[in-house]
Amino acid sequence: MTDTTRPPVTDWATDFDHTRPEYAESAPEIWEQLRNECPVAHTDRFGGAWLPVRHEDVAAIARDTEHFSSEGVIVNDFRPVDLAPIGYAPPITSDPPFHQVARRLLLPAFAPKQIDRWEPVARATCQELLDELLADGADVVDAAAQYAQHIPVRVIADMLGVPREDGDKFRTFIHRILEVPGSGGPGEIEYEDTLDYYLDEAVKERRANPRPGSDDLITYLIEADLDGEPLTDDHITGTIGLLIIAGIDTTWSAIGSSLWHLAQRPDHRRQLVEDPDVMVFAVEELLRAYAPVTMARIVAEGVTDAEIGGCPVKERDWVLLPFPAANLDPEAFEDADQVILDRQRNRHLAFGVGIHRCIGSNLARMELRVGIEEWMKRIPDFELAADDPDAVRWSTGQVRGPRELPIRLLSTNEVA
Amino acid sequence: MQLKLDSEACQGHGRCYSLAPDLFDSDDEGYAVLKVTGDVPDALHDAARLAADNCPEFAITIEE
Repeated sequence: MTDTTRPPVTDWATDFDHTRPEYAESAPEIWEQLRNECPVAHTDRFGGAWLPVRHEDVAAIARDTEHFSSEGVIVNDFRPVDLAPIGYAPPITSDPPFHQVARRLLLPAFAPKQIDRWEPVARATCQELLDELLADGADVVDAAAQYAQHIPVRVIADMLGVPREDGDKFRTFIHRILEVPGSGGPGEIEYEDTLDYYLDEAVKERRANPRPGSDDLITYLIEADLDGEPLTDDHITGTIGLLIIAGIDTTWSAIGSSLWHLAQRPDHRRQLVEDPDVMVFAVEELLRAYAPVTMARIVAEGVTDAEIGGCPVKERDWVLLPFPAANLDPEAFEDADQVILDRQRNRHLAFGVGIHRCIGSNLARMELRVGIEEWMKRIPDFELAADDPDAVRWSTGQVRGPRELPIRLLSTNEVA
Repeated sequence: MQLKLDSEACQGHGRCYSLAPDLFDSDDEGYAVLKVTGDVPDALHDAARLAADNCPEFAITIEE
């Protein structure tokens, strides 16, 4: 395996490492400390990377596609080479002008009216999971492993038109790519066990057995064209890979963090049950407070004049964009450290900002809302099973959420 | 009250049409479309402010 045992961090300002367990455990405290002491942190790890934590800096970099390239979006020991402007997973890894072409191709499939069609699928999935969860009468369940993680996996499998059983493979790919970035390189695992192989086979299979008229996304991409030309296989597999990698851990994390929060707040549980109108605000506030995604950029090749909040940066440096840190910045949000379910002014950056706004944001929001609604219907009252809230295990890397979340069920309802 | 939507700045976050569906709609790609022209009816002033206050791109402005 690639080095997954980097030394522990003793100074977050000059030697941060977001892949270490101590970052996963206390990221919000680390961001707060940095915000007060050194709002643009640096590390020599990963060949040199920056971690700005102020809302202002994070938003400015996200919008500045001239100095900061999306060619690499997951910080690891290796830099992508010669991939701009398309990148390995368009459009998230694409820069203008190709970015817009690749993005417009996908936008219609993720617009609200299309996503509405998947709400019944998400709802039925949640209900099935809750039936299974409550079937054996256990009073402690794992809300992350037994509930949250399966919701986006099953919905994405259905959207792609692949068997739901493939979800286990998805989770392996995702773990390798997001939690242990840089691992799984040549020689470490068999090609047949890689995401690349899975994607090649899935596209081959669909080409061999076309599904005319199907609304699945693999068929959609195979049938799509750019200026009259079909997409290249690399473009198709890269985009499907993106949907799997970006659409699962992220939403799983958001649902898990929200349940972790609600488990500790009887007043918020009551508020959701008693006032369903608060949900449209609550979803956004939970996304603000527990935004799962930290994005990344690379200072574009040839750039000599880029800076972050006054710190000069050099070409090919990595830059992390911790959207959750930006969302907790008191300069940008009133009572930033408080979760206010009906917060009225909330320009949060959970889905990023600028031209790379998360294309799956409507899907993620729907899954989060439905995931909470269905849980609350069946389990209106619950608490953390461990006395110590830190006993929950948080993921490492650029997607933050609880991976083990033992919950004690205090009251449950039969199916309505 | 008049509402302005800067379509160049809009990135399709969708906050406006979920918070103020009487004032905003989504186009086929998820970008916002303004549904009203001229004065915003009094009953929708709060919704207009909500839409403006929650746009991450600052694409919505209100003139009173």
